[in-house]
Amino acid sequence: MAGTLAEKVWESHVVRRGEGEPDLLYIDLHLLHEVTSPQAFDGLRLTDRRVRRTDLTLATEDHNVPTTPGPITDPVSRTQVETLRRNCDEFGVTLYPMGDAEQGIVHVVGPQLGLTQPGMTIVCGDSHTSTHGAFGALAFGIGTSEVEHVLATQTLPLKPFATMAITVEGELAEGVTAKDIVLAVIAKIGTGGGQGYVLEYRGSAIRALSMEARMTVCNMSIEAGARAGMIAPDGTTFEYLRGRDHAPTGADWDAALEAWSHLRSDDDAEFDAEVVLDAASLTPFVTWGTNPGQGAPLGTAVPDPELMPDDNDKANARRALEYMGLQAGTPLRDVHVDTVFLGSCTNGRIEDLRAAAAVLEGRQVAAGVRMLVVPGSARVRLQAESEGLDRVFTAAGAEWRLAGCSMCLGMNPDQLAPGERSASTSNRNFEGRQGKGGRTHLVSPLVAAATAVRGTLSSPSDLSDPSDPTPAPGSEETS
Amino acid sequence: MEAFTAHTGIGVPLRRSNVDTDQIIPAVYLKRVTRTGFEDGLFAAWRADETFVLNDPSFSAGSVLVAGPDFGTGSSREHAVWALMNYGFRVVISSRFADIFRGNSGKQGLLTAQCSQDDVELLWKLLENDPGTSVTVDLGSRTITAGDVVASFEVDEYTRWRLLEGLDDISLTLRHEGDITAFEAERPRWRPTVTA
Repeated sequence: MAGTLAEKVWESHVVRRGEGEPDLLYIDLHLLHEVTSPQAFDGLRLTDRRVRRTDLTLATEDHNVPTTPGPITDPVSRTQVETLRRNCDEFGVTLYPMGDAEQGIVHVVGPQLGLTQPGMTIVCGDSHTSTHGAFGALAFGIGTSEVEHVLATQTLPLKPFATMAITVEGELAEGVTAKDIVLAVIAKIGTGGGQGYVLEYRGSAIRALSMEARMTVCNMSIEAGARAGMIAPDGTTFEYLRGRDHAPTGADWDAALEAWSHLRSDDDAEFDAEVVLDAASLTPFVTWGTNPGQGAPLGTAVPDPELMPDDNDKANARRALEYMGLQAGTPLRDVHVDTVFLGSCTNGRIEDLRAAAAVLEGRQVAAGVRMLVVPGSARVRLQAESEGLDRVFTAAGAEWRLAGCSMCLGMNPDQLAPGERSASTSNRNFEGRQGKGGRTHLVSPLVAAATAVRGTLSSPSDLSDPSDPTPAPGSEETS
Repeated sequence: MEAFTAHTGIGVPLRRSNVDTDQIIPAVYLKRVTRTGFEDGLFAAWRADETFVLNDPSFSAGSVLVAGPDFGTGSSREHAVWALMNYGFRVVISSRFADIFRGNSGKQGLLTAQCSQDDVELLWKLLENDPGTSVTVDLGSRTITAGDVVASFEVDEYTRWRLLEGLDDISLTLRHEGDITAFEAERPRWRPTVTA
């Protein structure tokens, strides 16, 4: 029978299938971090259970860690990190702690080590686990009870997900990136549009993306309400994996490659839903509201809630504009920001840093704007430094930080003050997400860098030549 | 897990859609390493506003939350479920729940009752016109009763069975440990391990 990519990965992991019961699914890789695991380990202790497969379990410290040198000063954060260390020690789980060369955001660490591979099932107590779907893995976020379940059994009882094809054909215009694709997808289908689905991104525009860019797309699947996002593995995937620490070698590589080459949706596979986007029509996209579906092309204005046909959307938009301190009709390019955040599991990879650095080279962050550049992992940081990107950022007036989740969520010292406005390459613009009262506009790394230079939401095409002091004319994007 | 058959308690109308888990409990409250005490973080930003529904004494002892569509979107934090339960909620009624939140609720014994938006609107009107009204949610018959409103709700059949019986998922899975071991023996040898 013809199947979709998601169905094929699912079927190959069914341990047990019973009438009227969820399937019992085997989990190939379980990633842990300090926030959603302590109560799960506690559960194991209370029931005298062990971790079934420590060799398929990996922990890192990311959410609470400060991105400036020195220890965690908040005692509650410190307790949480110390609890993870004690738990990993007691149960024999590998941990990459702060200061370790392999530490970083859990969704950056897995792929860079080559642990994330096509056709795997991957879970983590973190909704952005969908990131790993970029490799053709079925990867999804779980709650703490499920973390405990996977620790104890290496399986999860689950009902099959529905499948949705997101087809993006054509070529992206210059300055339009993976982030703009996924923000446009979410704006199109809404924050609940993907509910119950695994999204499979396909089409020529997706195939043309690098692995880093594919991870950005899959990362934000959860913001459309989807459980997971996937992209069929291809030559780009295999080249990324070849030679990584945990990638197969020799005869194992050949066997793996043979298995991976079958991992794609059959031509006659039926999806439960399908959405089509024209890549050429996309322009840099930013959010104006308080959920990731409230976004619009940068060349447009803050929308008018009163013109929205749906009462629910209208009420939501009214509230969002009030919280964001925005007036309907204001061109998005006129919106001033106080802070620019470049980083997170969405856009904290080397390619993201390179793209932003290319914009900032020879330019300065605008007066009164602070820019934080936070690599997604210690490895990304070292790589960036070996390429001199850190010097580009600091010369432009940005802050070069240590790896962690940082300002993506208000859990560590990097936070917005009440009323402060940011352009952020992270994934959520919820009320208070980056700090109580903080106002977030989600953007791509290119838009983040250009915004830092101009102080208002901007794309690189808005910038004048670094050697020319006259301002650039407005961009021609209008749609 | 405690069995859940039916619950009667004060209904709380939360006239908001897209209530994401950062609103249910902001990240700054996620630092505890226990499953208790999270009630202080429940809707923390909204509770600072004195007009917020839970600040109305008629609703402060509420245990049945009636919310707009797309409740529990965003982060996978189970702390959102703990915060609701620590505060005293036993049921959330909405016309649409985010997947991970609904799954987490089912594991903890918080009932997510999905009914039509029309029924949610009727419940909102009733609870706002007569604050302190009790709502009864019967899992056996899948009905919500409040004043003259009677509505049916949906809940996943397997979750319903587990809630009614009060069964723990891990024990259920471990009944099939032999199947897991057999599956492991057949896994491709080139699949990665963290330790190799």
